[in-house]
Amino acid sequence: MARIIAGVTSSHVPAIGAAIDLKKTEEPYWKRVFSGFEKSKEWMANAKPDVVIAVYNDHASAFSVELIPTFALGCAAEFPPADEGWGPRPVPVVKGHPALASHIAQSVILDEFDLTIVNKMEVDHGLTVPLNLMFGSPVEWPCPVIPLAVNVVMYPPPTGHRCYMLGRAIRKAVQSYPEDLRVVVMGTGGMSHQISGPRAGLINSKFDKAYLDGLTRDPKKLTRISHLEFMREAGAEGIEMVMWLIMRGALDDKVKEVYRFYTVPASNTAVGHIILENIERKTRRRQPASTRGGAAKEKRAAAHAARRIAVRSKR
Amino acid sequence: MTAAREKAREKEYDDIPGTFVFDADRSRQGYYLNMFCMSLMKAENRKAFKANEAEYLERFQMTPEQREAILKRDYNRMLELGGNIYFTAKLGATDGHSFQHIAAVMTGSAQEDYAKMMLAGGRSVEGNRSKSGREARAKPAPRGAAARSASKTGAKSPPRPAAKRGKKAGSKRG
Repeated sequence: MARIIAGVTSSHVPAIGAAIDLKKTEEPYWKRVFSGFEKSKEWMANAKPDVVIAVYNDHASAFSVELIPTFALGCAAEFPPADEGWGPRPVPVVKGHPALASHIAQSVILDEFDLTIVNKMEVDHGLTVPLNLMFGSPVEWPCPVIPLAVNVVMYPPPTGHRCYMLGRAIRKAVQSYPEDLRVVVMGTGGMSHQISGPRAGLINSKFDKAYLDGLTRDPKKLTRISHLEFMREAGAEGIEMVMWLIMRGALDDKVKEVYRFYTVPASNTAVGHIILENIERKTRRRQPASTRGGAAKEKRAAAHAARRIAVRSKR
Repeated sequence: MTAAREKAREKEYDDIPGTFVFDADRSRQGYYLNMFCMSLMKAENRKAFKANEAEYLERFQMTPEQREAILKRDYNRMLELGGNIYFTAKLGATDGHSFQHIAAVMTGSAQEDYAKMMLAGGRSVEGNRSKSGREARAKPAPRGAAARSASKTGAKSPPRPAAKRGKKAGSKRG
């Protein structure tokens, strides 16, 4: 059975991608941002997911104003980096996982989420910048990535509650997939920023920090934030933080926060990042397939039972 | 615009200062403007546009106001007339500008000052939540000369020393 082991959120500021591509990551301005992701890369290297589901938004690259799907799930075998006006980013082609992706599509549509299926799509910095932040700049991305593009460009984006519920439907879909896959869900975008109009440059660290707290402890509270409040408090473009709630909905109710990073600014944006693990099924180093059979399972069950006894005896 | 349409355009988020929400109405209104911006993704189109801007714009069914805003690089007006920032940014890129340059232009400030504001933590939400003041949660800072002279859609910049603020009134918003 496939299962979701953890969730990660990260900003996807285009300038971060440009800093990587132009080799500016050691400059003091950028070092402040990139140093916050050193531990995350270690964590990811350790977690070794089989698949990543990456929730992101397109920025007038794959979708113009001709077609504006609210939720678009990438079911293709690969997703080339888009030319955003300066030539495609020098990053590997994103390889998808068509089998799991179409399984998710089928499952969530029957669960009444009418998403759009995309079999041909280029992906922009919204997806590739967070992959860089979590995986560095490898020759090939280490695992397949299923892109889930969410409209946050034209108002209204889906509500936070809708996003959260879609996350739950995705969790259910993943859990009903027969292959033994360990899945990490990424939510991208945010945090507070406004890049349009005379109010551009808005940052609200207080809102952001409360949002990070809520993400770990009380995500349902975050699902009640209205679009108006998002735009007022976190900037017109800060509304994209609804995407993080898809990630959160895909995790268990109780999670362990293993890492958090926040800094202002990267270009025009507050950078926020958090790693949450499902508690019952801790991320562990992948064992060779041969030892992942019955014996390992029994060992895990025994360890689990021991933990429960320990908890009981504490009470 | 008829009175009925005017009324339909009254939206709760219009109370947010210095903000043009790209909603269904603006999306419809700005369709060709945004498609023009989208066309600039191709090098040959960028070249044709730069060679004769007015002529190139004839290819898209835009209103005279939209064309004028583009020719003048009035980014706020483009947003007001249905442009979306992710699209209009492509026009800025065609001009060879960084995004921060466009952001500074929209806030009416020099790019250097805008960059400094960001490094200092960005524009505070205090005093920038609401035009009507209904939703100002925290007590807004006392309004200085600069704030009073800011345009009706303008947003307030972070507090500056009073003397400096007085001197630069009207010219600085970000």
